[in-house]
Formats: sequence, structure tokens, C-alpha cells
Amino acid sequence: MFNKDRWREIIEVLTTNVWRTIFTAFGVCWGIFILIVLLAAGKGLENGIKQDFGNIATNTMFMWTRATTKGYEGLPKGRRFEFKIDDVAALRDNVPNLRFISPRNQLGGFGGNNNVVRGIRTGAYNVYGDYPEIINQDPMAVTAGRFLNYNDIKEKRKVAIIGQGVKNDLYNKDEDALGTYIKIQGVNFMVIGTYKKNNSGGGEEGQKEIFVPFTSFSQAFNRGEDVGWMAITANDGSSISQLKDNIVDVMKKRHKVHPEDTRAVGYFDLYEQYNRVESLFGALKAVAYIVGVMVLLSGIIGVSNIMLIVVKERTKEIGIRRALGEQPWSIKKQILMESIFLTLISGMVGIIFGSLVIFGINSLLDSVGPVDMFMSPSVSVGVVTGALTILMVSGLLAGFIPAQSAIRVRPIEALRTE
Amino acid sequence: MIEIKDLHKSYKMGSNSLHVLKGINFKVEEGELVAIMGSSGSGKSTLLNILGMLDGADSGEYTLDGVPIKNLSETKAAQYRNKFLGFIFQSFNLINYKSAVENVALPLYYQKVPRKERQEKAMQYLERVGLKPWADHLPSELSGGQKQRVAIARAMAAEPKVLLADEPTGALDSKTSYEVMDLIQKINDEGNTILVVTHEEDIAHMCKRIVHLKDGVIVEDKKVEQVRAEQYV
Repeated sequence: MFNKDRWREIIEVLTTNVWRTIFTAFGVCWGIFILIVLLAAGKGLENGIKQDFGNIATNTMFMWTRATTKGYEGLPKGRRFEFKIDDVAALRDNVPNLRFISPRNQLGGFGGNNNVVRGIRTGAYNVYGDYPEIINQDPMAVTAGRFLNYNDIKEKRKVAIIGQGVKNDLYNKDEDALGTYIKIQGVNFMVIGTYKKNNSGGGEEGQKEIFVPFTSFSQAFNRGEDVGWMAITANDGSSISQLKDNIVDVMKKRHKVHPEDTRAVGYFDLYEQYNRVESLFGALKAVAYIVGVMVLLSGIIGVSNIMLIVVKERTKEIGIRRALGEQPWSIKKQILMESIFLTLISGMVGIIFGSLVIFGINSLLDSVGPVDMFMSPSVSVGVVTGALTILMVSGLLAGFIPAQSAIRVRPIEALRTE
Repeated sequence: MIEIKDLHKSYKMGSNSLHVLKGINFKVEEGELVAIMGSSGSGKSTLLNILGMLDGADSGEYTLDGVPIKNLSETKAAQYRNKFLGFIFQSFNLINYKSAVENVALPLYYQKVPRKERQEKAMQYLERVGLKPWADHLPSELSGGQKQRVAIARAMAAEPKVLLADEPTGALDSKTSYEVMDLIQKINDEGNTILVVTHEEDIAHMCKRIVHLKDGVIVEDKKVEQVRAEQYV
């Protein structure tokens, strides 16, 4: 099948009319180019958006309390209630497949007043009372010192981990923050670590947070047993979206909230949001495939067209060959191989050009720095092999009708054509 | 070698059909050099095409070297053509983007002869027709007589049982025609069976037997004293 003569012949046929071959090839080349670039652009967008999620555990929900909207068991509507620290244990007992349950308390917030003082410098930051597990749900890189641990929780140590942004505000450039004290709403905490978050989602704000042990926070700021809100992550095998109703029900029961009160327990399901984004990218990918394949199709039809003309031009030659004893299937194979060869080569050129464009965009992005919602567009090896398979098949299809028409001509008629 | 019995062939031309061959019976022994003569429309080319398995007969029997030729699939026909027959055409029918030697090697390629052997054999046959120095020339660089000699070399390359020549000299001037006929006679001298379709008397008389066709039937079938072409060359 892959003997030298056949290849020589393929090359000879395709080079007899170079411009025609090039124009035909361009159709396929363009199609595959569009497909590759569209897929890469989709991937770039996906990378960009996913970057915003960072490496936050996406199988996570956040839950907080609001005023009740229904009276229940003699309690009035419009009642305010708080989660308690016992709720964490209750959740662990009643809801299976939960990986992390982090109760959190918080000071400050968007547009809050200055709440942290060091020497003559002040700043307004989010201060969280947290358990050590939070680092798994809201990942950050500890750049100096350490993160919270259970001894801090147990002994209610007044220690704090501060963000890079906080350090920049409150410290001189080359000052060492470890072991120094900052005053959070009048209470001194010792800085034991600094962190840096790498997801762009938090942005500037994400670097300006302070983490202190949950227990010390409660004591220092007089929260008692109260829990401001919770971050709950499910095990990898199960989805938080399915568990959340159960979780909310347990909370309602414990806090005497009417079972049909949908407002009293507020929550945000990160996983659902993430899935929505995922399915958006699925749709984008489908659109890219459809558009790309459609454009490719017109290229393929061009190849088929040219192959028909080639067969027509070579009718006499085919007649001679058959008179000399060439088997019909051998002629068919020849036409099919020419067609596949033409599509494959032009497709590869398209892939190469597509990759060059992607490479160009990538180096442009690298040089101008990160762009919102777009990051390192790329196509996987799988997509490229997929595209090559599509090319193979379409080359076969494109050659099929011409090949059929080539062997349908009776040798005697072919020889008569002058 | 060739035996046909009561061969009929008609072509459909729109609503009416044209009866071209109306019952042909004839026999060719091994080593014969037969001229098939007749005016145009007498059915001689049709007969040759049927003999060459390029066209099928409507009825009648055709046996080639003891093998009945009937209801052949295209694949089988191609195989038989390759094995049994060598064609020489009026218009040479060389493949114009292949060199002389490649053209000659073509039937061997279809026999799946290895490349090197093919090349050697093709060279041998080119040498026999005196065109070895032109082996790498394209047909467009050859004269009419040379082209026909390449075509003859090609027809012989596969060592067929029968050579079929359709007006081999039709496109050549008389001097070249005689050269070609001389070559054909020499090939025949070696014992090859050759059928030549022609409408030229002098060419026909260079064969050993002349079959006259008229309106689809054989009107005359005679042995003749062979005129050697050599003397005119």
C-alpha cells in the first residue's frame, strides 16, 4: 500500500496543477485552522474564568443565618438567631460525606472602618476567626512563619496570620513581621505568619485579610458560642449540591425554624455556580466544533470537487491502465489516497498555522501581562489527534465519490476519449 | 489460441440498436500473425475490443488459451488482460507523465513484480525495440514511431499470450509504419501470436493471414504470402 510508486504518482498528480492543488488545500487548511483557533479561544476563556475560581475547593457551600419569615413553635416571625459552635458537631453526626466544616466569625468587611493598629499605622481589614481546616477550603500560600493549628485553638492563643497586603500597609519594606504585635480592635495579637493568595478572584482584597484562631476570636470579641457563618466542603465523591438540603434541614431543626421557611438559612452553593460555568464551556466547545466542522466541510467538498475533475481529466489514463490490467480497486485506492493525502497535508498545515497563532497570542499575553477572563489559550493533543482523525475520515469521504466514478467508466469508453 | 463462435454484438443508439457483429466465427492458432481488415463501420474495432476483454459480447463463445471468457467481473477481466493480452493502440496511449521505461514497466507493476526486477525487464524490452537511450524520456519528447515502439515494448513486457494491435500504423507515415511492422514481424517470428486491425492493404499483406470483415460478418479469410517489411526500411 505504501510503496514508492504509488507515492510518486500521488505527488505527480498533485503537482501537475500546483495552484489548483494549493487553492483546494486552502479550503481544508482554513477549516481546520478555524476549528483549532476557536477551540483554543474557548479554552483560553475557560482557563481565565477558572483562574478566578482559583484552587478554592469548589465542592463547597457557605451558610449563614437570617431573620425567620415564619413563626414556629410559639416563636415569632422576624426572629434573629445565630449558629452555635455545637452545630458543627451536629452536622458531622447527621450529614455523611462532609469533608470540612469550618465555622467562621468575621470582623470588618467591605468599606469598614479602620480596625487594626500597629504603631502609628492603621488599616481596615477583614479579620476572621477560623479553624486550621480553612486553609484547605480557601487556599493560600504561607510565605513566612506558619498557619493556625489546633494548639492555638485549644489554648486560645492570640496569634494572627496576616496577608501580604496587610504587611505592606503596616510594616516597612524590609521589616520582619513575625513576632511583632498588631492591635485588632484594641486587642493585641502576635503575628506568627504571613500568606499570599494566588487566585486573582480575591484580587487586592484577598491579600488584606487576617486570620486568628476561632476560639481566641470568640473570646476577644465577645462572640460567646456564636458562629457567624460556615464553609462546608463535601467529600470528593459526593456533591455539596445534593447534601445542602439535608444540611439546611438539620440547622432548621436545631434552631426551631419552620421547615418551610426558605429565608431563615441563607447559603451560597459554589459547586452549582461552578457547574453552571462548566456547562457554559461545554456549550462553547460544542459551538466551536460545529462552526469549525462546518467550515471544514466546505473545504472537504472542495477537495471532492477537485478529485472529480482530476478523475475526469485522467479518464483516458485510467482507461489505459485498466487495459494494461490494473485492478479496479487499485485505481480506487489511488484516488482515495490522493484525496486523503491532500486533506491530511493541508489539514496539518492548518494545524501548524493554528498553533503558531495560538503561540503568538500566548507570547503576547505573556508580554502584556494577565488579561481579564482570558488565559493561556491552548488545544490539547487529544483535540489535534481528533482533528487528524476527522481529516482522515473526511479525506476518505471526499475521495469516495470520485473514486467510484473513476472505476465506473468502462475502459473502452475511457480509451475513446480524446 | 483464440476461438470465437457465433459472436454477436449490438450497440444501443437511443431508441434503435446497431447490430455491429452478426455472428463471427474464427480461430487463431498460436504463432499466427493475423490482419483484420475492413472499412470503417465493419466492426473490426468492436471485434478487437471484445477479444481484448475491453468490451463484452452479447452472445457467443470466446475462448482464450483454453479459458472461457464469459461474464467476467472487472477485477477478473483486469487480471486476464494483464496476463493474456498486450495492447497496441493507434494513438499509442502512453501515460504522458511517465518516462518511457516507466511506461513499459507498468504492466509488470500490476503483476506485482518487484521494483528492481521490473526496471530491468522494462529496460530489456526497450532495448529490443531499440530505444534504450531514450529510456528516461517522457512521451512528449519522442517521435510518433518511437512512441509506438515504446507501446510495443509495453505490450510485450508482461509476456502476454496474444498481442492486439488496433491500427498500429494509423498515425504514422509510411516509412515509420514499415519500421513498426518490421518490429511486429520480428516479434511474431519469435512465436508470438499477434492480431492487427488495419484498413491499409500493404500493412495487411505484411501479415500471414487476412480476415476481411464487412457489415459485421467475415466475408473472406485467407492465408497470404508474407511481405517482409524489412526491405522497405
